[in-house]
Amino acid sequence: MSRQLRVPDVKRINSELFTLTYGSLVAQLIKDFEDDEEVNKQLEKMGYNIGIRLIEEFLARTNTGKCQDLKETAEVISKVGFKMFLGITPTVTGWDAEGREFSLMFDENPLTEFVELPESHKQLRYSNILCGVLRGALQMIHMKVETEFVRDTLRGDDATEMRIRLLEILQDQAPPGED
Amino acid sequence: EVAESVFDFLHMEMVNYVQQSTPAGASHKDEVVYKLERIGFQTGQATIERCTKDVHRFKDQLDVIKFLCKEFWTLAYGKQIDNLRTNHRGVYVLQDNRFRVFANISNSKQFLENAAPYAAFACGMLRGALANLGIVSVVTADLGQTLPSCLFQVKML
Repeated sequence: MSRQLRVPDVKRINSELFTLTYGSLVAQLIKDFEDDEEVNKQLEKMGYNIGIRLIEEFLARTNTGKCQDLKETAEVISKVGFKMFLGITPTVTGWDAEGREFSLMFDENPLTEFVELPESHKQLRYSNILCGVLRGALQMIHMKVETEFVRDTLRGDDATEMRIRLLEILQDQAPPGED
Repeated sequence: EVAESVFDFLHMEMVNYVQQSTPAGASHKDEVVYKLERIGFQTGQATIERCTKDVHRFKDQLDVIKFLCKEFWTLAYGKQIDNLRTNHRGVYVLQDNRFRVFANISNSKQFLENAAPYAAFACGMLRGALANLGIVSVVTADLGQTLPSCLFQVKML
């Protein structure tokens, strides 16, 4: 069952400024940590912090109800979430047999425009912030996921692919009693 | 094009990161502003290069400043600078009555001090843009009034 997906109108800005700001930020992180792995971790963490706020805006603007299954969630992430915030629609593909794992393929990515990774930073996952954003946003709607860029054209792969794995659906827990 | 909110989220988190990665205490306060200013500087440098590529050569300093107030500020913050003043001796004051970054900060005096790091990136952007146009300057923000308005003072060196 597929529902009508509507992307809300939001105020937009030139993506170049966003791209260049992100670039300067990554440059600063590299200066601070001097180690690609640490930078990857930090980017993911920052993404997580953004994700837990961004989901509020997403829900407020899109009127999205509960998704029936992960398949539907994936569609909404790609066609509404990415479309609304970054103006792109990554392709959903690569489902595993149980339907708990899928990939997002990025044909375009506003973060990596104008970017080339030098030889000395081949371990850098430049767009890792997106992994964090998804993890944070989904966490807030009770889905614990693991996200990772398994391929990246910046690192010489033939495509850019983010793998998303559903670990568990978190249950609402009643707050501890007063007494 | 990307949603305006995406930039705001990124900016907010950037300030958060810099604050957390800098040791607490009054002596490190400048460090936070300095670091954010530097990230802004780099961004401003790159951005001005892209938005001046089809623009006529600037007549003079004032012409450059006007361009920053109109085109550059609109690109970055979605509106023009509301008021520009100068003493004609190398000091310019740019006033934004509704600085977008401050739009979500409470306008009570209580938080004025906490707002300072949020203007640092924009200061850096201005300084970076000017630097790339061959003008060496110092840019500071003055939050002496009520938020969300902000004064940016550009002093040519």
